[in-house]
Amino acid sequence: MERAGIPGVLITALPDLAQRVGANRIVAGVRMPHPVGDPSLPLEKERALRRRIVETALKALQTEVGEPTVFIVAKSGP
Amino acid sequence: MDKIKVAHYINQFFAGIGGEEKTDVGPAWRYGPIGPGIALQAALGEEGEVVSTIFCGDNYFNQNLDKAKEQVFSFVAQASPDILVAGPAFDAGRYGLACAHVCTTVAERLNIPVVSGMHLQNPGVELCRRLTYIVESGESAAAMRRVTAVMAGLALKLGRGDQIGPPAAEGYIPRGVRRNVLVDKNPGQRAVEMLLKKLKGESFVTELPLPTFSPVPPPSAIHDLRDAVLALVTEAGVVPKGNPDRLEWTRATKWIKYDIAGIDDLTGDAYTSAHGMAAGKFADEDPDRLLPLDVLREMEKENVFKKLLDHYYVTVGNGTSVESATKYAHEIAKELLAQGVDAVVLTGT
Repeated sequence: MERAGIPGVLITALPDLAQRVGANRIVAGVRMPHPVGDPSLPLEKERALRRRIVETALKALQTEVGEPTVFIVAKSGP
Repeated sequence: MDKIKVAHYINQFFAGIGGEEKTDVGPAWRYGPIGPGIALQAALGEEGEVVSTIFCGDNYFNQNLDKAKEQVFSFVAQASPDILVAGPAFDAGRYGLACAHVCTTVAERLNIPVVSGMHLQNPGVELCRRLTYIVESGESAAAMRRVTAVMAGLALKLGRGDQIGPPAAEGYIPRGVRRNVLVDKNPGQRAVEMLLKKLKGESFVTELPLPTFSPVPPPSAIHDLRDAVLALVTEAGVVPKGNPDRLEWTRATKWIKYDIAGIDDLTGDAYTSAHGMAAGKFADEDPDRLLPLDVLREMEKENVFKKLLDHYYVTVGNGTSVESATKYAHEIAKELLAQGVDAVVLTGT
């Protein structure tokens, strides 16, 4: 899709792998079966975490990168 | 034995119609060989005959794809050939794409062998290499005689129904087909031999080439997100409950789009995951864990960005080949561009 000119951000629990194969904007997700959620958290906290992940993803989309770059999600909300 | 009947597809330039100023001419055909077809005929010798040459302007073909494919196909079919030869197109992208479409259409619909010639980097290669014996032609048309000779050799073998050898021996680009062969050493022995050669710094040929990933230069960042249309794409297999379109849990053969207009939250009552690894359980509890629709809707309402596209795109990455994934991405990108999407949020498991 990026070859077609549409910037993308990949949220994945395997950011190193994503970086190695050349995804340009990568956000480190939670775990493989639930990249944007964490069943061990209470619902409210899980949703807040998801919001932080997506915010990081949108920030990544607004950041110029020159090579595959991993964006790390802040541990707790701002 | 009857001569093997060959139909030959070329572009307007090689048909002698004209260069760049004539790329808009539509399809036509003539009896017998024209241009590179003369070298092809010479290489076929007494065994084969170029019965018909079909040609078309490269721009016409690519800009009127469905129509051009249909017209060219009907001209090919009318010659009732045993084999189709297209090109060689060398590194000419538009010509290569036209050859690839002609080859694919003819192979699928006439069920006859198809042969072409292209440079490995020609975009036509990816499009048709599964169904086509594409002779690696290099970039330069100066190699015309050599390349047409290899193409003719393959065409004759295919026409006779001979077994075709492996790509390296026959000079064609790998089609991604594996054939069982009997060898005298077991895999362990072969692997150790390869390892020893590797350790000694000697050359060896792998039996299983790993997929290669060609880097894509990062597109520019989004300057004003508040103006941006975002799309959700996922390889996590998020599908409506019951997986009505039967998305495969592994080695997906397709991508699907689902409408999410007016939906603010994905619930386990309505959605699940078809993904083999995504442990449906987590998705069944809350599919937003795979596809963060709830949060994106919230941010859309807060005008963090302009709009979320009315549907999301889904496939399954588990076991799916790089080649298929590239194809799906290409098709999805086409749709996204047509809908004015500025950026993609892609979740993967």
